[in-house]
Amino acid sequence: MDRQAEMSAAVEAALRSIGEPISEAQAKEIAALEDCECKEGMFALAATRRHLFTGAGLVAAVGMTGMLPRAASGKAPAGAVEYPVQADPTKEPGRVMGEDGGYGTRSQFESELRWTNPTRTASFAPMQSSYGTITPSGLHYERHHAGIPNIDPSRHRLLIHGLVDRPMKYSLADLKRFPTISRTYFMECSGTTGSELMKVTQPTVQRTHGLVSTSEWTGVPLSTLLKQTGLKSNASWVLAEGADGAVMTRSVPIDKCLSDALIVFGQNGEAIRPEQGYPMRLFLPGWEGNISIKWLRRLEVSDKPFYTREETSKYTDLITTTGKARIFTFTMDAKSVITFPSGEMKLPGAGFYEITGLAWSGRGKIARVEISTDGGQTWHLAALQDPVLPIAQTRFRYPWIWSGAPATLQSRATDETGYTQPTHQQLIAERGPLEPPGMFYHMNAIQSWGISADGSVKNVHPLG
Amino acid sequence: MCTRWAESGRTAYAVALFASIAFTLLATASPRADGYPTRFSFGATATEQDIARIAIAIPADGKGLPPGRGGYARGKEVYEVACAACHGADLKGVAGLPDMPSGNALRLVGGRGTLTSQKPTVTVESYWPYATTLFDYIRRAMPYTAPGSMSDDDVYAVSAYILAEGKIIDRSTVLDAASLPTVMMPNRDGFIADPRPELFR
Repeated sequence: MDRQAEMSAAVEAALRSIGEPISEAQAKEIAALEDCECKEGMFALAATRRHLFTGAGLVAAVGMTGMLPRAASGKAPAGAVEYPVQADPTKEPGRVMGEDGGYGTRSQFESELRWTNPTRTASFAPMQSSYGTITPSGLHYERHHAGIPNIDPSRHRLLIHGLVDRPMKYSLADLKRFPTISRTYFMECSGTTGSELMKVTQPTVQRTHGLVSTSEWTGVPLSTLLKQTGLKSNASWVLAEGADGAVMTRSVPIDKCLSDALIVFGQNGEAIRPEQGYPMRLFLPGWEGNISIKWLRRLEVSDKPFYTREETSKYTDLITTTGKARIFTFTMDAKSVITFPSGEMKLPGAGFYEITGLAWSGRGKIARVEISTDGGQTWHLAALQDPVLPIAQTRFRYPWIWSGAPATLQSRATDETGYTQPTHQQLIAERGPLEPPGMFYHMNAIQSWGISADGSVKNVHPLG
Repeated sequence: MCTRWAESGRTAYAVALFASIAFTLLATASPRADGYPTRFSFGATATEQDIARIAIAIPADGKGLPPGRGGYARGKEVYEVACAACHGADLKGVAGLPDMPSGNALRLVGGRGTLTSQKPTVTVESYWPYATTLFDYIRRAMPYTAPGSMSDDDVYAVSAYILAEGKIIDRSTVLDAASLPTVMMPNRDGFIADPRPELFR
């Protein structure tokens, strides 16, 4: 049997056994056939286009197990419910409405997950398979310092005191009565990509860049609340404090509090998730995620910063060339990354691919994204998906015909202030070299994905 | 360093603040054209008790430090029971803890002179600018499995132990509300304002 026929037979066999579990060995067999050029049959089985390109070898086998039909009795992926798969859904009614209890779930054939780091202190959004610009709330990245508290909103209050005329406390119900606004903003941990300054440390875009996400946030401008309490003339900083086990605290300059700061209780059209600070969090657009205190319980207006642990020992930027550290480095600089194709994917062969990815800046709108397919020698403008919103992730796309020769893909974002994403070498020249255990915050260098002649995609680094 | 920057920043904030106060007064006097009021009756007045119950943050000048005191000997006892399992008997961290940061991330002492190294050792001793931060953080967030459970005396004591092991104070120093803010940390002048946006060459 030639490979084309072999492939077709494998697909036929798989389609016949819809609803039956497949073994890992079967999945591996099909994965091995991925090296041939006969791809059409694969598309019939692929739950999403991106699944096709996931990895090689064992990684592919596991990935493909997820994409092939599974038994009705099998365990559904997180966020899904396992329903029986019909032999022919056009020959019988589907399941009765309301079986989901009134809250829908994703398809049992979709299995994208946050990746949790070994220390269980952070989880990373699966950017490699993201669509558009909004991160589903259940896939929004997480960074916790003492786990996720479970808070009964009826017992939660936001206290505002210190250098104010009228100390106040607000319940969630109080907060919801104020005039609210909704804004689409990205949030990014300032530690994202930090380990990648000097060399490759992570294989996939999820693990290199996944501590960034975008949601539509709804809440009350903090300025509205501070107008209620009034401010003493020497008010210049506000300490924000969370109701988690870390009782996390950060000092916020008063001008940010009086401009675009929000007290947020809504995310993507519903209440914010517990992982995002339920029942209410601070949201400081364009600033490092850590300062947008979750589970917000207290705002203390002061005449000076508090120099809390999270703004001295952590979240400061040590410049090793001088030994001095930058403090109160809030803004997230412009950054972009190609999400497809990206690390551990495999292109099936030469031909057309739409390169796509995300770009964002804490200083406003993305003005342009440039793509290089030759490791930065030549650059070409990518198309930006509109509307391009300030301080939100922007989707870019670029049509590419891959010749089949090795290539290095890069994206480079410029924001509306004219700031352009730097190279690794430029960042190191500016701030000095730094390796773990030192923490390099605000790392936004141009990311490179290397494509080998066999189509496999790897994280590659300009410093080797 | 930080103080100077904070002062220069204060001028800008004062300007913004004056504008905001002026706006508030003006807006209160006349209703907004779009129909929204500027003052709302929602929420409740926070009482002294409401505030005292949870307002535990200590700034660098030590304002708000509680009564009580503690020294090296008691601090060593507290450390061995409450801290050593994660931070190590030698205060240099413990590797391989399940579901926890480990090793260097939990190291408390050592590392002086490494801040210009490509692999710096960042600890309370080598990096933290203020001793008040140590007290504040231990009191609010430590020990990890039982945050907020230590007495103020024990927080002073274990702070004294860590600072003495870091050779920042001597073993005879007793810490309290008066002495803690006077502790001079080795890296007090190690911080600078954010110069970004950067202009890359």
